[in-house]
Amino acid sequence: MADIKKKETGQQWFYSDTVKEHFLHPHNMANEDKLIDEMRPNAMGEVGSPACGDVMKMWLHIDDGRIKKCLWRTFGCASAIASTSVLSEMVTEKGGMTLEEAEKIRPKDIIKRLGGLPPLKVHCSVLGDQALRAAIADYKKKAE
Amino acid sequence: MIYLDNAATTRMDPDVLKEMLPYLKERFGNPSSMHYMGMEAKNAVEGSRKKIANHLNCQPEELIFTGSGTESDNLAILGFARQNKERGNHLITSKIEHPAVMNCFKQLEKEGFNITYIDVDTDGIIDLKQLENAITAKTILVSVIYANNEIGVIQDIPAITDICRKNKVTFHTDACQATNYLEIDVKKLGVDMMTINASKIYGPKGVGVLFRRKGTGIQPIIFGGGQESGLRAGTENVANIVGMAKALELAIKMGEKESARIGKLRDRLIDGLLELPETRLNGHPTKRLPNNVNISFLNIEGESLLLMMGEEGIYASTGSACSSSKLEPSHVITAIGMPHEISHSSIRMTLGRQTTKKDIDQVLDKMPGIVERLRKISALNMTMEHVLGDKHG
Repeated sequence: MADIKKKETGQQWFYSDTVKEHFLHPHNMANEDKLIDEMRPNAMGEVGSPACGDVMKMWLHIDDGRIKKCLWRTFGCASAIASTSVLSEMVTEKGGMTLEEAEKIRPKDIIKRLGGLPPLKVHCSVLGDQALRAAIADYKKKAE
Repeated sequence: MIYLDNAATTRMDPDVLKEMLPYLKERFGNPSSMHYMGMEAKNAVEGSRKKIANHLNCQPEELIFTGSGTESDNLAILGFARQNKERGNHLITSKIEHPAVMNCFKQLEKEGFNITYIDVDTDGIIDLKQLENAITAKTILVSVIYANNEIGVIQDIPAITDICRKNKVTFHTDACQATNYLEIDVKKLGVDMMTINASKIYGPKGVGVLFRRKGTGIQPIIFGGGQESGLRAGTENVANIVGMAKALELAIKMGEKESARIGKLRDRLIDGLLELPETRLNGHPTKRLPNNVNISFLNIEGESLLLMMGEEGIYASTGSACSSSKLEPSHVITAIGMPHEISHSSIRMTLGRQTTKKDIDQVLDKMPGIVERLRKISALNMTMEHVLGDKHG
């Protein structure tokens, strides 16, 4: 994980290659407001606080009990950004997770997919699954 | 690669390395040995001590070689407080000290000392009135950092030592960041103890000096063979000591010219970065080291900014390299009254001898894109006015 050498230059990076890739090229990022409008979100979750150094917002389009689309924005360190990015992939791939499956995602699942995180950074991914559950709770509340 | 982390450490000057090499090779003797090789090593250590004493305007025997700036701080603070505890158990320091000083005081609290931590204003300047009022009959030591490692703010050391002398209190300063650019004549400063180290002045890592005015009682924190007048046991790091003397000589020779050159580049960098929206310079705009830039880019977390800059070949750091593995906001930015939002979004860029105008222009060219990219990812969209209220301006 940490201190993996770049093959070409021998330069080391603080995080795993997967973290780096998702940090530099995040997937499903809501970098423009119109992307959020276009996905027609029917669920939104937000966790964290600016004072703590991490804030995550997640928008979902849920259809037929499955998460079809997921967009997000994150304020935080590189691992917080990367963990939201992989989480958005995990929940939408292969036709999308059911809400029950998505609710079961835990930090360790995200960290595994990231190829590990330095111990100090584990808390960052904790927020990702919380944002997801907050969005699902929002969806369920609206459906009531 | 553009290295803007000279407050973390500097690149060793080739002339320093040249002076050191013989002592890493054929002149490997132990200064404590009685034979020729021992004498040769001893002469190198004592010659270096004399040179450094000349630069600091003190006596050679007032200098103690240690293993780092941190160790010099520890020896000064722990060594003095423990030695003088019958005289009083009250110590004073500031809220913006380097961890090497701050954590000594935390340790002394556990040992039964009372510590007063003096406030600084929103520019980072220590409150002298509060300092003077904090001194009691039981106060034995004041320690205040000369130039802060995170925000580069320079304290008025002669004004502080006036207060201490008037009240018969011993004064120590950590001058590690100041050495390259500021007055380090211990008589002009009026300090009783002063820490400097080599790794910040284009010398080797792993060597520091503590100036201790004659008559200032301290006890050792390391015990062994009685080197350094019994105050710092352990075989002297001869090559590093020789390197430190050379590094200090060069730093003083270049000091004025470099200050002027780097200061101009610093201002160019600050002015350019502050043109970006929702940014703020942390620390006093002019009473700061000529090589220090500390800026908050609101809505971006400092670590992600650093890593993105690193990808563009710009190497900087968050507040203090020592605390970059911690998650707490910088105690220095907090001490200048800034909320966590400002602290989490701050980065430090520190210029050095190798920094050119071309480097600064390249940084100014790349930063807007990096900042915009991360702000698009960010879940926050705050303004300085929102975060700072009436402190904004």
